[in-house]
Formats: sequence, C-alpha cells, structure tokens
Amino acid sequence: MREISVEKVTDAVRKMCMETNYTLSADMQKVLAEAAHTEESPLGQEILAMLEKNLSIAEEEKIPICQDTGMAVVFLEIGQDVHFTGGSLAEAVNRGVALGYEEGYLRKSVVKDPLIRENTNDNTPAVIHTEIVDGDGVRITLAPKGFGSENMSKVFMLKPSDGREGVREKIVSAVKDAGPNACPPMVVGVGIGGTFEKCALLAKKALLRETGKHHPDAHIAALEEEVKNECNALGIGPAGLGGNNTVLAVHIETFATHIAGLPVAVNICCHVNRHSTVEL
Amino acid sequence: MNKTITTPLTEDVAKTLSAGDIVSITGVIYSARDAAHKRMTETLAAGGTLPFPIQDAVIYYLGPSPAREGQVIGSAGPTTSGRMDAYTPQLLEKGLRGMIGKGKRSAEVIEAMKKTKAVYFAAVGGAGALLSKHITKCEVIAYDDLGTEAIHKLYVEDFPAIVVIDCEGNNLYE
Ligand code: SF4
Repeated sequence: MREISVEKVTDAVRKMCMETNYTLSADMQKVLAEAAHTEESPLGQEILAMLEKNLSIAEEEKIPICQDTGMAVVFLEIGQDVHFTGGSLAEAVNRGVALGYEEGYLRKSVVKDPLIRENTNDNTPAVIHTEIVDGDGVRITLAPKGFGSENMSKVFMLKPSDGREGVREKIVSAVKDAGPNACPPMVVGVGIGGTFEKCALLAKKALLRETGKHHPDAHIAALEEEVKNECNALGIGPAGLGGNNTVLAVHIETFATHIAGLPVAVNICCHVNRHSTVEL
Repeated sequence: MNKTITTPLTEDVAKTLSAGDIVSITGVIYSARDAAHKRMTETLAAGGTLPFPIQDAVIYYLGPSPAREGQVIGSAGPTTSGRMDAYTPQLLEKGLRGMIGKGKRSAEVIEAMKKTKAVYFAAVGGAGALLSKHITKCEVIAYDDLGTEAIHKLYVEDFPAIVVIDCEGNNLYE
C-alpha cells in the first residue's frame, strides 16, 4: 500500500491547467509546423503562420493560446495499491482546477446547471474519469476542452452491416459538418465499438495520443490514414477558408462490441488540442 | 484583396467589401456572445434601448480570458457565430452592420444581411493571444454581472479579419 496525499493531486492539476493553456505539446507543435509546410492555399499559409505566431506569444507572455480555456477533463489512472490521504480525491482535483484557472488568468467557462446556466466562476466542476489499474502509481492527465469543436462531435449507432465503409463515411461526414466551426485544422478522435458511452470515451481518449502516431493494428492504422486523406481532400482548410490541411491527425481507438452493434463516436478537437500528463 | 476599414462601418463602405477580402479593422467594436445577445433581445422586446449605438456598429463574438495586470485584455479570439443566429436578424434590422466571429451562419441571417447590407467577417479561431495584441483599450459597458460574457467596448487597431459573407450574400465557406 502506497499513501499519497491528495494535496499532490491538487498541485499537479493546478499546474497542468496553466501549462496546457499556454503551451501546446511538442507533438502538436510539430504537426502544425508540418501543415504550414504542406499547405497549398496562400490564405491557408497565412493563417497557419498566424497560428504559429500565436503559439509563441502565448508561451512567452503566458496569455492563453485560445480564450476558450476549456472545460477541464481529467483522467485519473489509479494503481489499486494506492491509498489517498488528506481528504476527498474529487475535491482535490476540483480545487486544483479552481486554483489553476484563477492563478493562470484562464477563462471560467462552466455553468452549474445546463438549463439555468449560472457560471460557477471557478471553472469547476471538472469532468473526472477514474480508472483503477495495477500497481501503486497514479497517472493524471488533464485536457482542457474547448467547445467550438466539442459541439461538433457526434455519436453514431451503426449497424454491423455498415462495416468499415459506413464508419469511414460517418467520420468524414462529421468532419465536413464541423467545417469552420471547429477551428480547423482539427485533430479527430474516434472510438469504434463498445457501447454508447464507451465509444464516446474512447474517442475522447484518442485525442490524448501522441499526435499523428498510428494505432498498433495495421487495419486501424490504414483506416486512420485513409480518413485523414479523405478529410484533407474536402478542401475546408485552415480556419475553414480553404486549403489542403483540414485535419492534422485522425486517431482511432477500438473496443470489443455486441454482435448487434457498431457504435462510432467522433470527438472533434481544434488545432488547440491541449493535454498534459504527470505521474505521482 | 487587402483593405483597411474603420468603424463605424457605413453602408457605403460595407458595399465595397467582397467575400475573400482580407481586412484590417480600426476603431470601436463591441463584444457580445450568447448571454449578452439574449439580454439585448429581451431589452428590445421590452421596448428598451440597446447598451451601445447599434447603427453601423460591428459586434465581435468574443468572451475574452481575464487580463493580467498591465494587459489590456486576455486572450481574445472569436467564438462560434452560429449560436448567435437566432438573435442576429433583429439586430441587423436595428442597423448592425458588421459581425466578427468564426463558422457558418444560417440562411435567415444571410438573407437579413443581404436586405440590410451587412458584412460577416471571420477572425482566426484559436489565435486569441495574437489577436489580443490588436486591442488597445477595453472597457465593460453593460451586463457586468455576465463576467466574460459582458459587453466590452473595444478599441482595435489593424485587427486582422477576412470577409466571409458580403452584403450580396457571397459566401467564402461555400
Ligand atoms: S474550437 Fe478550439 S481553437 Fe476554436 S475557439 Fe474553441 S478552443 Fe479555441
């Protein structure tokens, strides 16, 4: 049994809220730079150059990359031999979010009740996904999610007979519908299989993968590449103003499913695909 | 084509802009997003007056992040315009001339724009740190209690935008 104080969790979350909002991970910066290199539309090139400049201003001056500093999505992978001390784990996560958003001059974008819509003024609660794993480690991933792109995400309950073709078509149609609203070039997270909620969670997790890295299964990796090329042929381009860089990457995660179903979730993320992970 | 425009945006100037033009905007613009639009519409329905002169005004669909000490404003990029579509035709009727945001507009909005000769500009989404450098002054003029969603009066200088839908209804996204 390993004891870990929840204060450590608060502190890690607080720091990651700020870090993710000022600096994109190296893999995201790399694919953006590559896009600038391959973009054929002059306006698209100009926009990608603005995005690069935006990233350097954000990092240097600690101004959020985007004013939508997101709803905090937190993944906790907790070793089964861990015992948290010093209070409630969920409260510790939320305290970290509240502190980080305040200290970091980040926008508070969360309303308490989805219908009454009063701002909670500290960006809590976070969306927390907890998983119990082997061992005595704790892995915390924080991914602030902007809603321009979140709003364009979709779940499709396909029939088994729709097969690979059906899946491919639905992913491309979701990207097409997202268009300029989702601040392209986008990163597309896809979950295939499981149940209604499982595929959505897989799609969200797919966004956390190192950008552009393919799925280990060859047939899924091939589908990722095919969908990416098809999306880029749509011509939506940077900021939706035309060009050959509509998506930066397509990441697909899969899970076993029922004999009667083929669930597919498409979680769209903009070019500000923020996430960071620490291990305690 | 690259064009420099100043606000208030008159009908004559609006008519010279075409979808695809790259513009630099200088002058006063007003931020408003979902909650502020809802309130403005309620104000109009109750026969009240809007918190800023709407004739020839330009609205920026923006909810900035908070400013640090010494900064004019925090990150300040556009939000998705489509959420304002339900409220927009009434504001166009009242004289609103320009809107800055990102993303698609409804057929109703485009029809109203053609009728009233208004222009829809896109600012680059996710470039809020860079765009904040073009805002030289910022004050909250209404709906203070809405926080980031309050109406801010913004002075912009050479604010970069692209004409997406012009007053003839030509649409760069199409
Ligand atoms: S979709 Fe992404 S880049 Fe666009 S405004 Fe939202 S968070 Fe920012």
